Amino acid sequence: MIAQTEGTVLPLIIDAAYLVAATLFIIGLKRLSSPKTARSGNVLGATGMLIAVAVTLFDREILSFTWIIAGLVLGGLAGAILARTVKMTAMPQMVGLLNGFGGAASALVAGDEYLRFASGATATTADVQITIMLSVLVGTVTFSGSMVAFAKLQELVTGRAVTYPLQKTINALLGLAIVALGVYLIPADPAPGLFATFAVLCLVLGVLLVIPIGGADMPVVIALLNSYSGIAAAATGFVLHNNVLIISGALVGASGLILTNIMCRAMNRSLTNVLFGAFGATPVAVGAGAAMDGRTVKDISPEDAAILLAYSRSVIFVPGYGLAVSQAQHNVRELAELLEQRGVDVKYAIHPVAGRMPGHMNVLLAEANVPYDKLYEMERINPEFERTDVAVVIGANDVVNPAARHDRNSPIYGMPILDVDRAQNVIVMKRSMNPGFAGIDNELFYHDNTRMLFGDARESLTKLVAALKAV
Amino acid sequence: MLELQSLLIALYVFVLAMFVGFEVITKVPQILHTPLMSGSNAISGITLVGAVIVAGRLESPLSTVIGVAAVALATINVVGGFMVTDRMLQMFKKRQDGGQ
Repeated sequence: MIAQTEGTVLPLIIDAAYLVAATLFIIGLKRLSSPKTARSGNVLGATGMLIAVAVTLFDREILSFTWIIAGLVLGGLAGAILARTVKMTAMPQMVGLLNGFGGAASALVAGDEYLRFASGATATTADVQITIMLSVLVGTVTFSGSMVAFAKLQELVTGRAVTYPLQKTINALLGLAIVALGVYLIPADPAPGLFATFAVLCLVLGVLLVIPIGGADMPVVIALLNSYSGIAAAATGFVLHNNVLIISGALVGASGLILTNIMCRAMNRSLTNVLFGAFGATPVAVGAGAAMDGRTVKDISPEDAAILLAYSRSVIFVPGYGLAVSQAQHNVRELAELLEQRGVDVKYAIHPVAGRMPGHMNVLLAEANVPYDKLYEMERINPEFERTDVAVVIGANDVVNPAARHDRNSPIYGMPILDVDRAQNVIVMKRSMNPGFAGIDNELFYHDNTRMLFGDARESLTKLVAALKAV
Repeated sequence: MLELQSLLIALYVFVLAMFVGFEVITKVPQILHTPLMSGSNAISGITLVGAVIVAGRLESPLSTVIGVAAVALATINVVGGFMVTDRMLQMFKKRQDGGQ
């Protein structure tokens, strides 16, 4: 009798602790609604995780802690080192990598459940079989897809969209093969060999799905893989009949979907187009647009630019991926502070897809000690450009291309942009006249009120700061 | 029949949690989207709970190898995710007083 009570009380305590953990995750995410409470929210989330893992150690199925501790120590050290040393500019790769690891872990746990069934250790049911296949599918696709995204962002492979003949047909056939094999495996007797084949095919699918996606579309891919990593965890929760996995997975799945949706809207493209459109595979020839014919750009020296900035009342900085590439966030802040000392009103305009992941620019500028109340979202800053003396575009391109507003033939027509061309003066800092990642020429550069400041963003900003001090 | 019923209850939990997720996450401002991704990413490492059991139940050598790999990967996800999120969030500061 006592033994029986003991047997039911422990799982109950563990389940109750899981409920606490799930609640902490939700409150933690809720506190991310403001920068003031966000940090404490993250701590709550981490606490929830600690509770969940700690109570799991009391699970009766566990016979030895040796291997658990080995895994925890190894993973904990690697995670801590990664988190401490990663550069803020490399955050997209980091999140990609973590997504992939989470997906792989979910697939491994679900896969082990299949092996147990194959070895006769447990009986299985249809719902478990279905969710095992789903978990392995989503988890492995998340893993291999994330590894490709990581390699692209880290520039281990080309960032451009990789295309080849019959690409979609091959992907579709592979997808069909996976579904067929999965459906066959669900009611069938255990077949570890076929199951392994299933997993390998899923891994290949993940690779093939991400290679045709170009560098500029990475924010969408990272957000989508983020969602997948959550779905994979939830599917594993179905396999293990574990609610905390289901709830947490669903939260992350929802979060990733919302971000994916925001990114797609900000580029005025459907998710299908982003995933299968192979945008930016071949660059459009510079000057191909009729509007550019016979027009030339006007450049400006750092000294003249400094004078222009020094005597203006309001300046808006528009950072893009070029800023991240040249690690120029600290130099922008230095320039901005010099201007503020002169009484110039300084703001920063952040396009939702600036950078290589959602919110990337905000993190970089925060790292450079730019107060977050100076960072403006697109909707809030756009009406202000008209009243602004100088807009300074630093390494951004497609997100400030006015063609998106009026040129129906432009590939980016309809994409919401920052209306920098409406400012009294525009200074564009750019390495060269090469087109941006979408491979489109930018008519902004040819406008009468636009001046180009060529060179690496950081070098140009350093020169500007020096020149401004001399004014 | 019973298994379908438990599947349905699990689906209830999943769907309701999705709605909670949508409600909560739509309120996260754009400037915090990167920490949101890394932080929610860390939460998806909850699969660690399942991995710990696989690594500890000594079912078979293969199973234990799978378990250890899953524990290590999920722990990188969890520890790396929460730590890097904290590192980012501590950088977000309001403008210092003195100016206006």
